[in-house]
Amino acid sequence: MEQLQSDIYQVFIEADRYKMFLDGLKVTIGVSIAAVLLGILLGMILALMKMTEVRKGKKTIFSVIANIYIDIIRGTPTVVQLLIIYFLVFQTQMGMVAGIVTFGINSSAYVAEIIRAGIMAVDNGQMEAGRSLGLSYTETMRYIILPQAVKNILPALGNEFIVLIKETAILGYVAIQDLTKASDFIVSRTYIMFVPLIGCALIYYVLVKILTIGLNAFERRLRQSDIR
Amino acid sequence: MKKFLTVALAGVLTASMLFTGCGSNETADGGEIPDTIVVGTNAEFPPFEFVNDDGDVDGFDMAVMKEVGKKIGSDVEIKNMEFKSLIGSMESGNLDVIAAGMTVTEERERQVDFTDSYYTAKQYVIQKEGGSVKSADDLEGLTIAVQEGTTGDLLATDEIKDSEVKRFKKGVDAVMDLKKGGSDVVIIDANPAQEFVKANEGLELVEDLFDDEEYAFAVQKGNTKLKDAINDALKEMKDDGTFDDLVKEYIGQ
Repeated sequence: MEQLQSDIYQVFIEADRYKMFLDGLKVTIGVSIAAVLLGILLGMILALMKMTEVRKGKKTIFSVIANIYIDIIRGTPTVVQLLIIYFLVFQTQMGMVAGIVTFGINSSAYVAEIIRAGIMAVDNGQMEAGRSLGLSYTETMRYIILPQAVKNILPALGNEFIVLIKETAILGYVAIQDLTKASDFIVSRTYIMFVPLIGCALIYYVLVKILTIGLNAFERRLRQSDIR
Repeated sequence: MKKFLTVALAGVLTASMLFTGCGSNETADGGEIPDTIVVGTNAEFPPFEFVNDDGDVDGFDMAVMKEVGKKIGSDVEIKNMEFKSLIGSMESGNLDVIAAGMTVTEERERQVDFTDSYYTAKQYVIQKEGGSVKSADDLEGLTIAVQEGTTGDLLATDEIKDSEVKRFKKGVDAVMDLKKGGSDVVIIDANPAQEFVKANEGLELVEDLFDDEEYAFAVQKGNTKLKDAINDALKEMKDDGTFDDLVKEYIGQ
């Protein structure tokens, strides 16, 4: 027990090491938020590209491009993507931006599928009804389909954000001091493994827990008018 | 049922926390020499340890440890892991020996015991050809790439003012970062530095900026039996010439 106390003291208090965790946490949250925004933007474009196939009833140039993109991104590990983007695309400049771009691109592939699935989940009868009432395709989309789709999409999008936060733990590979790297750093200075790793895990857990609670409340709010 | 599960889980977690937390591996009775010596290393540090063309961990430290194992009469099992995790793994009892070109430092001596030093080394600076670094003062304010947890990392973080330190998992990544212009210099041990400069065009070494340091093998704190056995074996190897043969074979000086 004394050992544990002195370990905790060394890991968090000595040399103000808790500040490293805080700085790391800032980086983790910052990169995650920026990446998820980029991911949603790119994902929306991709989803629209993919949807052209449904409307036309056959493959289009846009849907083919989007499919290849999603295929490649989902078929390669994020670590490898990060290393490629940092070392080859960004040529080791601006590590933080390289990280945001990597996770944004990575996330966009999954977000595209979430958005597409969310729109497809709205019954086709809604579109038929809209069109038969004299609304154009775009108007039906805008006023009938999308508002319903948003309810399907948002909770899944929140999940994607949670996944992304945890994925950023690999930022250390390109020498960015995120939360995981902060605990790595402390391990390499104090030679204590247990406390920094558990501490780091707890911080991630609490972060994700807060988000989950927020998301659940949000989802409940969205379902308020549903009678099922 | 749910409540029971929660309580049980909490119990298990607390227990595991207590056990691991208190699991300092201090052997009070002088320890023992295991039948299979588990040797931890980080095979990113040529010529002391690297992964050879067959995919096996090879290098000077490994060759010495195998020879030591023969003299002691124990098998040697090699575990390749991240450099920064080595001492932690030894503390949790998973390693008997660390053979990783590890420099003896005060902080490390608090956690492990070191054998006699087997090699004297230095930290070298690698920069692009025609770079501006000529003395240690020139390093101030530069972006320095290092391998995390190594002596180079400690030097760059603690002793060089206003430097931005980029800590990579591998020495090679740090050198690539320098080559591509992401950092100004790399600080790394002399021998790997020479290997890296040999293998990459357009890089040069700045030698003799820092003090000498001693490499030694690390054993678990208090395991004097194993420490003495390794020291005896090393001495024997130095006397009968096998040690110098290995130096010639791997380091070539």
